[in-house]
Amino acid sequence: MFELVTLLLLLSMLITLYRFLKGPTLGDRIVAFDVMNIMGVSLLVLLALYFQRSLYLDIALVFGLIGFLGTTIFGRYIEKGI
Amino acid sequence: MIAYLGYIFIFLGTLAFLISAIGLVRMPDIYTRMHVGTKSTTMGTLLVILGTICIEPSWAWKLILLAIFILLTNPLSSSVIARASHTDGATLESDELKEMQK
Repeated sequence: MFELVTLLLLLSMLITLYRFLKGPTLGDRIVAFDVMNIMGVSLLVLLALYFQRSLYLDIALVFGLIGFLGTTIFGRYIEKGI
Repeated sequence: MIAYLGYIFIFLGTLAFLISAIGLVRMPDIYTRMHVGTKSTTMGTLLVILGTICIEPSWAWKLILLAIFILLTNPLSSSVIARASHTDGATLESDELKEMQK
C-alpha cells in the first residue's frame, strides 16, 4: 500500500517537473515549485509513517517553512526586482 | 479497523495530488494554473495528514501543527504569486469581459 501511494506521489511530482521545466513565464515555474514543495511535505509525512520515526515530521515542518519563504521571495522578485 | 480508514484517506489525498499535477499541465494560463495548484494540494495534504492521524494517533499534535501551518501559508503564497503575476502583466487566455467591453 505504501509503495503504491509513494509511486503515485512521485508520478505527480514528475508531471509537475514537466511544467517546471517547460513553463513559458517565471510565474508558471514558481507555481510548479510551490506545488512540488507541498508534495515534498506530504512525502516526508509518508516516509515518517513508513520508517516509524516521528523525527521526520519536524523535518517536514521546517521544509514547509523554507519552501514558503522561497515562494514569497520569488514572488517579491517578480513584483519589484532585487 | 480505523487503520484501513487511514489508508483510504491517504489514497484519496494522493489522488488529489495526481489530479493537481494533471491540471497543472493541462490548464491554459497562469491564473487557472495557480488555482489548480493551490486549492487541490491543500486538500491533498490535509487528507494525507488526516490519514496519518488515523494510523498513528500518538503523533497527533505534531500533525495538527503541520496542518495548521499548511492552512496558514498555502493561501498566502497563492495570493503572493497572483499579485506578482498581475503586476507583471499576465492576462487570461479568454477574457470574456474585455471582449464584451470592446
